[in-house]
Amino acid sequence: MSLKSKSISSKGSLDEDERLKKISPLRVLLNRPELGALGGSILVFIFFGIVAGDTGMFSAYGMLNFLDVSANLGIIAIAAAMLMIGGEFDLSIGSMIGFAGICIAIPAIYWGWPLWMSIVFAFAMAVLVGYFNGIMVVKTGLPSFIVTLAMLFILRGLTLAITRLITGRTQVPGLRVLIEDDPLAWLFATDTFKWLFTWLGSLKLIELRTDGTPLATGIPPSVIWFIALTLFATWILMKTRYGNWIFASGGDKVGATNVGVPVGRVKISLFIGTAVASTIFACIQVLDAGSADTMRGTLKELEAIAAAVVGGCLLTGGYGSAIGAAFGAIIFGTVSMGIFYTDVDTDWFKVFLGAMMLIAVVFNNYIRKKVTESK
Amino acid sequence: MSDYLVQFNNISKFFGKVIALKDVTMRLKKGEIMCLLGDNGAGKSTLIKTLAGVHKPDEGEIIFEDNKIVFDSPKDALDIGIGTVYQDLALVPLMSVTRNFFMGREPQKGIPFLKTFDVEKANKIAADRMGQIGIDVRDPSQAVGTMSGGERQCLAISRAIYFGAKVLVLDEPTSALGVHQASMVLKYIVKAASEGLAVILITHNVHHAYPVGNSFTVLNRGKSMGTFQKKDISREKLLSMMAGGEELDKLEVELQEMDRIHNKN
Repeated sequence: MSLKSKSISSKGSLDEDERLKKISPLRVLLNRPELGALGGSILVFIFFGIVAGDTGMFSAYGMLNFLDVSANLGIIAIAAAMLMIGGEFDLSIGSMIGFAGICIAIPAIYWGWPLWMSIVFAFAMAVLVGYFNGIMVVKTGLPSFIVTLAMLFILRGLTLAITRLITGRTQVPGLRVLIEDDPLAWLFATDTFKWLFTWLGSLKLIELRTDGTPLATGIPPSVIWFIALTLFATWILMKTRYGNWIFASGGDKVGATNVGVPVGRVKISLFIGTAVASTIFACIQVLDAGSADTMRGTLKELEAIAAAVVGGCLLTGGYGSAIGAAFGAIIFGTVSMGIFYTDVDTDWFKVFLGAMMLIAVVFNNYIRKKVTESK
Repeated sequence: MSDYLVQFNNISKFFGKVIALKDVTMRLKKGEIMCLLGDNGAGKSTLIKTLAGVHKPDEGEIIFEDNKIVFDSPKDALDIGIGTVYQDLALVPLMSVTRNFFMGREPQKGIPFLKTFDVEKANKIAADRMGQIGIDVRDPSQAVGTMSGGERQCLAISRAIYFGAKVLVLDEPTSALGVHQASMVLKYIVKAASEGLAVILITHNVHHAYPVGNSFTVLNRGKSMGTFQKKDISREKLLSMMAGGEELDKLEVELQEMDRIHNKN
């Protein structure tokens, strides 16, 4: 799983081992889990470059649009990928997004909490939910599929019931006015690099509104979070002891336990990771829309898992990468937005999503055989 | 101080009504290879899981370097120097040689809270260690899934030794291997013992055990039939003690009988 793949010959033997085939750089690349998703992304960009190149999809505004969608999905896909590498599933991601949304909105609007406090509260709830998922899976030994499926219903039900009980509605609007001057909310609600876009606008390099301000105002917070989380997750997986424990826990639970890996702790922390990522997703969306909706995040868990699978994660655990999941999210985000720029009916998006995933699974299966094939 | 590095005195283990082990005693010196022999279901696996801290014995005591010890977890056993290599080897085929070698005990570098897994150092140690036992790991970042069965076995043993095993417990290390691979593993076991380790070799293959063992403990239906020094017992005697003996004699008689009937017709 190391990025490098150079051969180390033992001391004394200067010439290369005759039993080691020369491996071309292409083969080395083929053995990386993220290759499929990277190739897929390139293909998707080429496709839309040809089909929708002159429609404004690749203008600054259009690009930020599909990057924003990709980034939002990417935030949860990366956490889902890490959990999958650790050998478990989380189907409660989507429901957690909705739940986190009302954990922010209800205290802030109805209880008069400052916004930052409700955000902290939402993250605390996320840690609790993740911990509960994790401890249930670890202690009972039940498949995480079942445990988190139960949590999917419980959280969505709670979200609906609590919201209707307190507010009498299923939506909680009115958050936008609270964002300003809040010490925490800016983390999830600020466009960055505005000066760059203003400057590009002044040079007439990007599209402008009628009042002279650029149409694309800055990099949305989702994209910054997405990039930061991709880098962070990759660093953890490839460069830390904890990363090795994630691979080991997913690859062989019993074996890992026998050599002293704290498998239970690793899995619980990964469940907390998916719940926290869902809450980051919820923060960004709720603050962007200015309102929380009880149905927010529905089916997002499946999209996140699909992105992770397209990104090279094995359903059986122990193999995959965060960068792959990031590219998987970019593929889905680009296609879901790009399809508006083409003549194709948007109904076809789900067909594409399914077909893409099927191809990815077949491809991954082939790769796994290649990686473990005996000499 | 007694001669023995590790002693298992009168170990019993019950699972509900089932008596898995009863009054099993085993003592090992440094540099000794003891073979634990027995047919399937004789209690070999239960015994080694007791030694490895997976099960707690219901009766009896474990004495290591003259101290009585109780294991709460497999980690306790590892920490004092009982390294167990299970049949499944605790190797993850999809992970690299290095990542497997250091699984759970990765060397780190860097400042606190930002410590990283020192992959270069780990690669070097893994390649070195494998080199010492004559396996040229051509590329320590290759997946373990690409290695042969014997090489995997040696990797698991080498890992246990590297992490400070004084007593090496090997569960059926040769059962899944061909002749050549098995002899490679056995050679390595002898080498490890000659460097001062005590080795418990669990097997049901007398032909693999006899050439390398110094002493032999035979288990049958959860009870020890005694420990024998090599000079006191022959290969054939061992074989017949492993419960297989009687039955094989019976089988031979039956076969002769069938032959006789066949010839008559």
